[in-house]
Amino acid sequence: MKLGLLYQASRNLRAKPLQTALSLALLAFGVGMVSLMLLTEKQVNDAFERNIKDIDLVLGAKGSPLQLILANVYHIDAPTGNILQSEAEKVLKHPYIASGIPLAYGDNHEGYRIVGTEHSYVAHYGVILREGKLWEAPFEVTLGARVADQLNMGLGDTFFSAHGLTDQTDVHTDKTFTVVGILEPSGSVVDQLILTPMESIWNVHAHEDEVVDPATREITAMLLKKRNPLAVLTIPNVLRETNMQVALPAIEVNRMTQQFGLGTSALRAIAMLIMTLSFASIFISVLDNIRARRHELALMRTMGGTPATLYQLLLLEGGLLSVAGTLLGLALSRVGMAVLGQVVENQFHYDLDTFTVLPTEGLLVAAAVGVGLLASAIPARSSLRLDISQTLSEA
Amino acid sequence: MVEAQGIKFRYGSAGPEMDFPNFSCAAGERMLLLGNSGTGKTTLLHLLCGLLRPGEGTLRVAGRDLRASTDRELDVWRGADLGIVFQRAHFVQSLTVEENLALPHQLTHGHVPDDVLARMGAMLDRLGITHRAKARPHELSVGEQQRASIARALLHSPKVVFADEPTSALDDHNAEAVMDILEREATNATLVVVTHDQRLKDRYAKCITLNRQAP
Repeated sequence: MKLGLLYQASRNLRAKPLQTALSLALLAFGVGMVSLMLLTEKQVNDAFERNIKDIDLVLGAKGSPLQLILANVYHIDAPTGNILQSEAEKVLKHPYIASGIPLAYGDNHEGYRIVGTEHSYVAHYGVILREGKLWEAPFEVTLGARVADQLNMGLGDTFFSAHGLTDQTDVHTDKTFTVVGILEPSGSVVDQLILTPMESIWNVHAHEDEVVDPATREITAMLLKKRNPLAVLTIPNVLRETNMQVALPAIEVNRMTQQFGLGTSALRAIAMLIMTLSFASIFISVLDNIRARRHELALMRTMGGTPATLYQLLLLEGGLLSVAGTLLGLALSRVGMAVLGQVVENQFHYDLDTFTVLPTEGLLVAAAVGVGLLASAIPARSSLRLDISQTLSEA
Repeated sequence: MVEAQGIKFRYGSAGPEMDFPNFSCAAGERMLLLGNSGTGKTTLLHLLCGLLRPGEGTLRVAGRDLRASTDRELDVWRGADLGIVFQRAHFVQSLTVEENLALPHQLTHGHVPDDVLARMGAMLDRLGITHRAKARPHELSVGEQQRASIARALLHSPKVVFADEPTSALDDHNAEAVMDILEREATNATLVVVTHDQRLKDRYAKCITLNRQAP
């Protein structure tokens, strides 16, 4: 017969399903919220940082610097406008600038951006080919891994581009793009782009047989790498009289996450409050157990149970609640992460990793179980002073 | 097996001193401690079980000097050598009847051996509550609960069995049946019944009447 203290503790908890469920639910929600916040914070920061990767400055049309970054580094916002390629080349020749990658875009296919650029863009993010080759001639494209997977496209497939960055309402039916290569997944923004030579972008908007004058060629932005730290101070001055600006990805992203930070700290406070309530509920349920079950506890003392036995039993009940509630909370945060991942994927074409376990979560588990045990240990002490004779004499 | 000499006890330091008669009970013997309310029956029972410590006198039960023993020793001793049948049957409500019966073994030895389970099966059979083995204690009738608590007190073959008003909540028929069971199951044990129930008076040759305590 299985009758150890652990078994008794679990039976005692199950004998009070409502009280147990309430304590479990409170702790699960508290732990779940904290863990969900840790997970999203980490993933969002990772995604942002992975994509900045050595891009010191972004050159583009004047407008909101944050928009310039979101549009050209992360491809989740509309661009601020176009700039002349010849003007951009001048900035590239500035002695403080080491190198630059031009980007030109304005069309999409099924919501995925068709970006005209150079091979250095793929090299910058360290993305390698899964099959085929990188684009060479105009209207050849190399697909990011996600694009290929989601649209189920392979080598040799063709498609028309649509004007704008989001929908398929205005399709350019005269120019056909051909898939010549597919990239390996990298976790960077490249995964969700369709890459092609700059000429494709220029030509798709040109009329039949019209040759685009090189002097009027436009690009959307240029990702710059500095040679000298002073570039950050000097380049904005150089651009003062032009319609161009430079923005610093690191600073803009920092500003944005700080604004998110206000929201997350409010959420964190709520999660902490729920966790505190759950510990209070464990405290109260152990206290209530001692009062309601004092006859049982006194009885156990007459059958060979020592004060330590009773203490351990009550502590186990609180401990079981804490462990079960915490595990439930971690499971809950995974479900939340899966839902959130779906939303992010649909809206931004970004992948969130749903099932990672963070080291900080280990800390969260230890803290939750530790405080839960403490919340039961304090009231459980009164079992050590239980007056057996008096309790048994009570009617 | 049970020996009480010059037992005096007071609750707290200011309570009136309670005085108990001397008595002794040999191994396997049965005796009655008869007393009305106000005679300190329950106090005496708790003294005999080591739940209270006498202020004066000698108290030896099942080979142990209760005044000279530590709390820890008494906890273990109660589980191993004593069987207690309470006036109102208390059980651990979250456990089944058979789990409750096995609990003294679990608490004393840390496990429940198979031969105890076999004895339990036979005992439940004799007491006619086999069909209640998997039930929760509160689902049992008062008579069934009393029988189950006798089974629990005797399952580990204690040297001494104390019964506190085992019949006071029962009608004549049930009271007789419970006493018969108690005697039958406690064949090898020393049995001390503490009661005010006059119906039991003629059952045992050995009967100590407790006097009213001074207020």
